[in-house]
Amino acid sequence: MSLPLNVRAALVSVLLLAGFLLVWQGATAGFGASSGGLPAGMDPEYAKLMGLTATTGKSAMPSPVDVGGQLLKLLSDPFYDKGPNDKGLGIQLAYSLGRVLLGYGIAVLVAVPLGFLIGMSALMSRALDPFIQVLKPISPLAWMPLALYTIKDSGISAIFVIFICSVWPMLLNTAFGVASVRKEWLNVARTLEVGPLKRAFTVILPAAAPTILTGMRISIGIAWLVIVAAEMLVGGTGIGYFVWNEWNNLSITNVIIAILIIGVTGMVLDQILAAVARLVTFPE
Amino acid sequence: MASFDKFRRGSRFFSSSCSCGEHGSQSEHDLAANMTGGEEERYSSFVETAVMRALFPHTPSRRAFLKSVGASTALAAVSQFLPLGDVTDAFAQGSGALEKKDLKVGFIPITCATPIIMAHPLGFYSKQGLNVEVVKTAGWAVVRDKTINKEYDAAHMLSPMPIAISMGLGSNPIPFSVPAIENINGQAITLAMKHKDRRDPKDWKGMKFAIPFDYSMHNYLLRYYLAQNGIDPDTDVQLRSVPPPEMVANLRAENIDGFLAPDNIAQRAVYDGVGFIDILSKEIWDGHPCCSFSSSREFVTTNPNTYAALLRAIIDASAYAQKPENRKQIAEAIAPANYLNAPVTVLDQVLTGTYADGLGQVKKDPNRIAFEPFPYDSFAIWILTQMKRWGQVKGDVDYAGIAKQVFLATECASVMKDMGLAPPASTKTIVVMGKPFDPSKPEAYVDSFAIKRI
Repeated sequence: MSLPLNVRAALVSVLLLAGFLLVWQGATAGFGASSGGLPAGMDPEYAKLMGLTATTGKSAMPSPVDVGGQLLKLLSDPFYDKGPNDKGLGIQLAYSLGRVLLGYGIAVLVAVPLGFLIGMSALMSRALDPFIQVLKPISPLAWMPLALYTIKDSGISAIFVIFICSVWPMLLNTAFGVASVRKEWLNVARTLEVGPLKRAFTVILPAAAPTILTGMRISIGIAWLVIVAAEMLVGGTGIGYFVWNEWNNLSITNVIIAILIIGVTGMVLDQILAAVARLVTFPE
Repeated sequence: MASFDKFRRGSRFFSSSCSCGEHGSQSEHDLAANMTGGEEERYSSFVETAVMRALFPHTPSRRAFLKSVGASTALAAVSQFLPLGDVTDAFAQGSGALEKKDLKVGFIPITCATPIIMAHPLGFYSKQGLNVEVVKTAGWAVVRDKTINKEYDAAHMLSPMPIAISMGLGSNPIPFSVPAIENINGQAITLAMKHKDRRDPKDWKGMKFAIPFDYSMHNYLLRYYLAQNGIDPDTDVQLRSVPPPEMVANLRAENIDGFLAPDNIAQRAVYDGVGFIDILSKEIWDGHPCCSFSSSREFVTTNPNTYAALLRAIIDASAYAQKPENRKQIAEAIAPANYLNAPVTVLDQVLTGTYADGLGQVKKDPNRIAFEPFPYDSFAIWILTQMKRWGQVKGDVDYAGIAKQVFLATECASVMKDMGLAPPASTKTIVVMGKPFDPSKPEAYVDSFAIKRI
């Protein structure tokens, strides 16, 4: 085997995908498709009132071909707007991204400076630790009723929930990164009589940047997880609402498409931050 | 009065030639109205009578009081304490300029919301000069919170919800009002296919049922049905609050054995071959209210004209939906993703009442769902008795007082009259599973049940 590792990995990936699709197709096809007709003894008038699943035994699970066809249909017209409850996938995605970026942006603005302060003070770091540990694992769905009740606006509540869920990993990582800047570098800075502000920006920030970016990368993942849950609950617009609306219609095809799109978007967001992280990483 | 005549004259839904439908022409009507003291007096007497009744529910003592001090003195005294003018004005000025034209109305995607939803695609809102956005909402708690937060001007709620909100059950007490019921009947008990030989409720011990919300007719009707059959709904079975779309999925996964749910969910379970319709809710109580059109009292008093126009649109839409010949068109209008997002076949079966029961039979029941908007006080009193029965409210309940405050029967009647529709008689006989209900003796009714949580 003289192929480079990357190519071989890609090949295995493609094979795995093809195998998965094949099994999926095989598992969903073949139910009742052979007979085509109605089950014995079923009144045709009755059958007209029933779904295909009940009459022909067609699997409720769509085949990959169904999903592919529907995906093409949805992607061919992503920006239609048929009223407040029915918008194209592109518009829904834009709403979700807008909310995530807003909530996440506010979280960055709060978490990075605060994490700096906590990281530079051992006392604050210990004192705040129990609060952060308690608040960190709370699910977005648990925050939602409280947010709706106090903020009294569902749009802002969704953004608040993204903020509150994505702030903690960044806060912890920033504090950790700042606290673990090597003592030698700080001592050199002190020997050269660098002022505290200059020290923060020219020594600590570059040294802690990779850790901070790691925190931000974890946080964007969480923010994207949260938005789907939040939109399913609050409704109106967004990819989470799309999932809920299609679930309401028990349309598994559209739910699978939404899952696919949520996954791809999450990956893109993660890769963007990974690229930024590579920019600020330095060899030691 | 004058300004909404223009809507009606061109309307194909009303064939009468004057605005109330009782006179041969508009001029005759006006003459009659002048002779009886005109619109304003009629409105205020409606409201005043209602208030006096609420204050003195005992008829002989009310009459004695009015006799001794004189009606006008009594009213003047009462209006010192109650902002009577507000409510009267709200309905008398119903024909003035609209305070607010762009409205948001929330709904849950079930067929109960038919009048609220169809009023949008079929133009009943725009006919009243309103630009209404109907917004689909994920669950009852969210509808409640968004309406309380004023994101929605009005909303589709389960009829016990505005009563619960006004009384502060499950939220802060905020006065809410129900000027119109959305639908009567239209629910069903659906069971998983594996129970098709176990349809006697006496055998249902240990089963798990889903209901849409604690403060729902579904909860009270299912509890009533179980209790009448000797099953204690709190100890013998499990009742779970599950959002309607999750019900079919849960039934398929056998997490629940059945549900009493709004249509189109019940029919959807049949359509997907997951369950069968055991009984329609009308077999428990024929003519029971289900969902309501609600808004906060604050919205009513600050936007009286808008509110009246909104109410006219809903009553108008209900009257249209009540006619069997329109049902097919409505099913098609509300099926798209922007509204219910459900297969037309399913909606058709619910609305026309010709449906597959899931066991291989085609059944016909044109009254499976009906749209009669009148919010009888006795509906609210019945709901309150069940809240009391199942321990959702404790202590003394002012049955008639709360019913009058929340269910605006007099106001609905006056708007219906103005639209040329005949409001029904103000009382309605209620018989639930053969047991008659007397709204004047709610406590005795609660006491009469063997299974209760008091």
